[in-house]
Amino acid sequence: MASAAAIELAHVTKRYGKVVALDDLSLSVTSGVFGFLGPNGAGKTTAVKILVGLARPTAGGGSLAGASFGSKASLHKIGYLPELFRYQSWLTAREVLALHCELAGLERSRWAAEIDRILATVGLADRGGSRVGTFSKGMQQRLGLGIALIGDPAVVLLDEPTSALDPVGRHDVREIIRALRERGAVVFLNSHLLTEVEQVCDSVAIVDRGKVVAQGVLADLLRTSSVRLRASGLSREGRAALARFGEIDDGADGAILIRGVEMERIPDVVSEAVRSGARIYAVEPQHETLEERFLRLLGQ
Amino acid sequence: MTATFVVGRQVIAEAARRKLLLALVLLTIVVIALTVWGIARIEDLRSAGQPLSEAQRRTIVSQLLILVMFMFSWVLSLAAVFVAAPAISGEVESGIALALLSRPMSRAEYVIGKWLGLVALVLGYAIAAAVIELVAVQAVSGYQPPHPIEFLAFVMGEAVAVLTLTLAFSTRIAGMVGGVIAAILFGIVWMGGIVGGVGAAFGNETITHVGTATKLILPTDGLWRGAVWSLEPAVVLAAQTALGPAAAANPFFATEPPPAAYVIWSVLWIAAVLAVAVWSFRGREV
Ligand SMILES: Nc1ncnc2c1ncn2[C@@H]1O[C@H](COP(=O)(O)OP(=O)(O)OP(=O)(O)O)[C@@H](O)[C@H]1O
Ligand SMILES: [Mg+2]
Repeated sequence: MASAAAIELAHVTKRYGKVVALDDLSLSVTSGVFGFLGPNGAGKTTAVKILVGLARPTAGGGSLAGASFGSKASLHKIGYLPELFRYQSWLTAREVLALHCELAGLERSRWAAEIDRILATVGLADRGGSRVGTFSKGMQQRLGLGIALIGDPAVVLLDEPTSALDPVGRHDVREIIRALRERGAVVFLNSHLLTEVEQVCDSVAIVDRGKVVAQGVLADLLRTSSVRLRASGLSREGRAALARFGEIDDGADGAILIRGVEMERIPDVVSEAVRSGARIYAVEPQHETLEERFLRLLGQ
Repeated sequence: MTATFVVGRQVIAEAARRKLLLALVLLTIVVIALTVWGIARIEDLRSAGQPLSEAQRRTIVSQLLILVMFMFSWVLSLAAVFVAAPAISGEVESGIALALLSRPMSRAEYVIGKWLGLVALVLGYAIAAAVIELVAVQAVSGYQPPHPIEFLAFVMGEAVAVLTLTLAFSTRIAGMVGGVIAAILFGIVWMGGIVGGVGAAFGNETITHVGTATKLILPTDGLWRGAVWSLEPAVVLAAQTALGPAAAANPFFATEPPPAAYVIWSVLWIAAVLAVAVWSFRGREV
């Protein structure tokens, strides 16, 4: 099933016995860096494995790089860093990269230059001749990232690419992802590190228990924020009326925090509070971080 | 197609890098040196104070060679089990398969590539070791078995059969478990061959059928009988055949080679089990 989208999941359900890993999940990514965010066990890895054909959906379908999941046409155009990154310990980094150059169908004359480029990109230039078995975990993940970049694939799927990396490595990965976007590649980034996603993703989907709970351009998702209200004389009915705007938390200083109120609705909140007889001392819109938004979405 | 060869080549590269090849070479040198030394000592044997006749010596060497080659065939088959058992399951468990299978390569190419690599490894070793042993034995004793080429073909068929079965297990079950199951099956079939022979010796049809069935279910023992037959000089063959059907129970003896139909069956069996392995791995999620 070909489609204009680089990554397309249409009503994909995946069950492992009684466990529902993906529940009628649909997504479509046409360009840029897409962040797929969710807590442990949300189904992120399952979704990527289905895209590259390592696992089969119980129901539903879709396409990756314009061809069906796991087809050669699709796999020719993608790079994939698995969550579990392990490579042939008995080979050197250069040999592993050469193996993948060959499998990816690169012309032999291009291998040496490509391998040098990759090793430099992922910061392993001086360790290319070492056996992978002697690599630290972070170095193996760097190698895995390099493997995903071989041959400039049109779609790059990264399953938690910084899980084993130090801060410098995380910075490097951000730079690599930005460079990918610059050359027009589509990046699918699985993560539970919100800061990471916040810094590089153009759009995100937040997934929990196999379902997308929020999706969109990051700026839009962030626009929803919360408001702190310092007021006195708020009746129980008034409080109930305010709860319609969002989830209410009591602050330590006697103020109340209403979460999930969009900027444009703050005047409505204030007039509702006044109508119920409260006296308002302060109204403070709060910019909600993705982290807070994330936790709130998952709490629903 | 390329992917198949890349996967196959990797099997051999891994064996070389992990020093499996070196270990095989060293151990084989020890075994060959021992048997050659032992066969050379036959010269010193005396029967009632007299040196052995040429015919006696020939018989003893031929029987010794059959024993040595029997051990060789077991070692070869079990080595095939050990290398094939983790060939796929190990890569799936470690995660190496994730990166490999997300390259443009079908599951069939991966399984067949593994199979070709393993077969090349096992057969390369079998040919090298058997040829050196046979040449060395001939050099010290002047004895050459009647059908050395057929012998090699039968032993290699035996090893490839058990290898293919083990690889099929490896598409679904952990290396240790698959290896143990394959080794036990190999042993059961070997015993089934003896049981069937006992049945033939005593004219019991049911027991004979058990032997025939095991030979068909896993063709290792049936092919081994062909290997033994290839090693028997005419004198031994004549003497044993004179014993009548009782000789059939002896796993170190065969009065005749397996029929052509059995050889064809064995080849088809290997192809079918390989097809099952491909089919099984197609459905495997990694
Ligand atoms: N092979 C499998 N067999 C059975 N259940 C599985 C299998 N793979 C995944 N699951 C289940 O599917 C659900 C989603 O798992 P998945 O690995 O996709 O989560 P994830 O979002 O990647 O989590 P994490 O952040 O921990 O990597 C979990 O409940 C998990 O137990
Ligand atoms: Mg995961």
